[in-house]
Amino acid sequence: MAEETNQGVWGLVIDLNLCTGCNACVTACAMENNIPWVGEEDAGYGRSMSWINMQRYWEGEYPEVSPSYQPVMCQQCGRAPCEPVCPVFATVHSESEQINLQVYNRCIGTRYCANNCPYMARKFNWFDYAYNIPEPMNYYLNPSVTVRRRGVMEKCTFCVQRIHDGQENARAQGRAVIDGEIMTACQQACPADAIIFGDMTDPESQVSQALRSQRKYVLLEELGTQPKVTYLKGEGYYGG
Amino acid sequence: MAAEVKPIPNAIPSPHAAEEEDLREHLMFDPRPREEMNRMVMDSMTHTTPRYWIVVGILAVLTAVLLYGVWGYMIFTGIGISGERRPNYWGIFIVSLVFWIGISHAGTFVSAILRVFKAEFRRPFTRAAELMTTFGLAAGALWPLIHLGRVWVFYWMIPYPNARWLWPNFRSPLVWDFMAITTYLLSSTIYLYLPLLPDLAMARDRTKGWRHVVYKFLALGWRGTEAEWFRLRKAINIFAIAIIPVMFSVHTIVSWDFAVAQTGGWNSTIFGPYFIIGAILSGVSAVVTILIILRATLKNMDYFIRLEHIDALGKLLLVFSMAWAYFFFNDYMVSWYGGSEVVRTILTFHASGPSAWIWYVMLLCNVAIPWLTLWSKKLRRTPWLMLIVTLGINVGMYFERYTIIPITLGHQRMPFDWGEYTPRLPEISLALGSLCLFMLLYMLASRFIPMVPVWEVREGQEAHQLRKVGKTVVPSVSELE
Repeated sequence: MAEETNQGVWGLVIDLNLCTGCNACVTACAMENNIPWVGEEDAGYGRSMSWINMQRYWEGEYPEVSPSYQPVMCQQCGRAPCEPVCPVFATVHSESEQINLQVYNRCIGTRYCANNCPYMARKFNWFDYAYNIPEPMNYYLNPSVTVRRRGVMEKCTFCVQRIHDGQENARAQGRAVIDGEIMTACQQACPADAIIFGDMTDPESQVSQALRSQRKYVLLEELGTQPKVTYLKGEGYYGG
Repeated sequence: MAAEVKPIPNAIPSPHAAEEEDLREHLMFDPRPREEMNRMVMDSMTHTTPRYWIVVGILAVLTAVLLYGVWGYMIFTGIGISGERRPNYWGIFIVSLVFWIGISHAGTFVSAILRVFKAEFRRPFTRAAELMTTFGLAAGALWPLIHLGRVWVFYWMIPYPNARWLWPNFRSPLVWDFMAITTYLLSSTIYLYLPLLPDLAMARDRTKGWRHVVYKFLALGWRGTEAEWFRLRKAINIFAIAIIPVMFSVHTIVSWDFAVAQTGGWNSTIFGPYFIIGAILSGVSAVVTILIILRATLKNMDYFIRLEHIDALGKLLLVFSMAWAYFFFNDYMVSWYGGSEVVRTILTFHASGPSAWIWYVMLLCNVAIPWLTLWSKKLRRTPWLMLIVTLGINVGMYFERYTIIPITLGHQRMPFDWGEYTPRLPEISLALGSLCLFMLLYMLASRFIPMVPVWEVREGQEAHQLRKVGKTVVPSVSELE
């Protein structure tokens, strides 16, 4: 693996001006990453497993209210608070993709990483949700992604299986990865094209161009977590 | 060791009979012959009533069902049967962990620190306190396991050689915690065992049958020679001093589980000493509770454990209650002054949110009630009142941890993800089950381990005597070591 050259630094930009809060990204993410549904009761109790939280804030006084939406997933911090607190190295920084990965097989379920995540981006398998999917619905499970058992933590991986797919295709054809070739599931599903994914080291990539916007900000910048997810401020909305 | 020497007190024929009679209220000035004292302790161990067995039976059933039954069910189904949810990933499990580790502190505190400082009133109850440490840790050490999502691979936290060359993450406070608790469990068990040797030998010489066999094995052939006493004393002194930093480090490390996180309301530099003071406060309270119960239920205990001891511990409690309030105030004051938005929200939420009653009960039990009662000698010498006050302090300390853990977690930086936590029945059952386990272990031990260190009491009684200075009689203590 050592001969792999520029792997890129993957980044995600979400334009809140375009986001309508339609939740298509949440659904696509669930389909891509084998995220189980937890049932009405547990979802109502606050245990839904979706890796993207569609945060909704109301502005103004009733009846003059307008909602604003902000999809928040794992921010793939450069200095991630979740990493040092795990006693068994189940949450680690991957050197080649520069993202945080959760090693499901290694996780023993202390849930400390979730407490220490300022973005509340981590989800815990309270029960064997994925193993209780009735026939024939289990055929929806994506073979490229591990199905998680009870008692382990999980979170957004920037669709790392898609990154690897794209890289392998490019390598097989003897070329570099083309910008826009690798798409995360949420990006692919977004009807408003509010989500942009790509290599931040390539100055010509869509992500790098979006990052030159003056509307950009990262969540909770004061914590110094160096997130790889950047938001573009929406009109009249100055969250974060 | 002068174990064979006749006690000196009352040797002086005194014209001050009334004064001496007053002093007899103190255990140290109310000596009894050695054999009688031994017999009293042996009696307390071997004497059981049907009531005792009924209580032990009920506790055993409760422990089996509430703790192990529910735990087994939870391992089989998943942590989801607890009330935990996003963002309250830690709840009763970790609250109970901190609570029991805290309880276990006072055993060492009472025994080791009071021993090092030669506080004479400690003598009759060091054993009871040390036992509390060991069993408190036995109950507490379960919680890091109970709360794991996949407890069957808990040993991944231990640095053991394996084919994958994987080590635990030494940067994680949970690994420090795991090691600190293990160290403390081992060292406190040894510290319990050392002063127990002469008493085990005493029991060995006065029993027959299976007890004799067991005590003979455990007493390690103790004969009571001068050389043995010399070495025992040396070992106890070394351990008493060495275990104090261990004790301080354990609860500091437990506090680092929170303090090193970036989580708002946890990231406080004062948590180390604050947690230690809280642990000692709750632990000393538990010692008093246990002493009062032992005194009322165990045979012959009213001779050894007297109002003077509860009185003395009551004074300690008052001091620690004040110290706790001082640290509490510091923690809140400096955190609030820091001006961080998330911390300010959390502090306001503690005192005015839907769970504010927990915060107020904590202050009532830890500060208001002790400060209003413990200053009075008369109240400190009223056992039933002390029982209520000390149980109250432990309720307050449980609520303190509850405030720090789930309530604080529910109010972090993302307002959209604010949440509340309500424990569910399985969690409450597990918490009660660990209490039952503690009581069960203690009750069984009370019939197996001499609950009073007879040799320490006698040593104290020999060191104490009345001296005549001019025309008055002055109680005095001679230095033994």
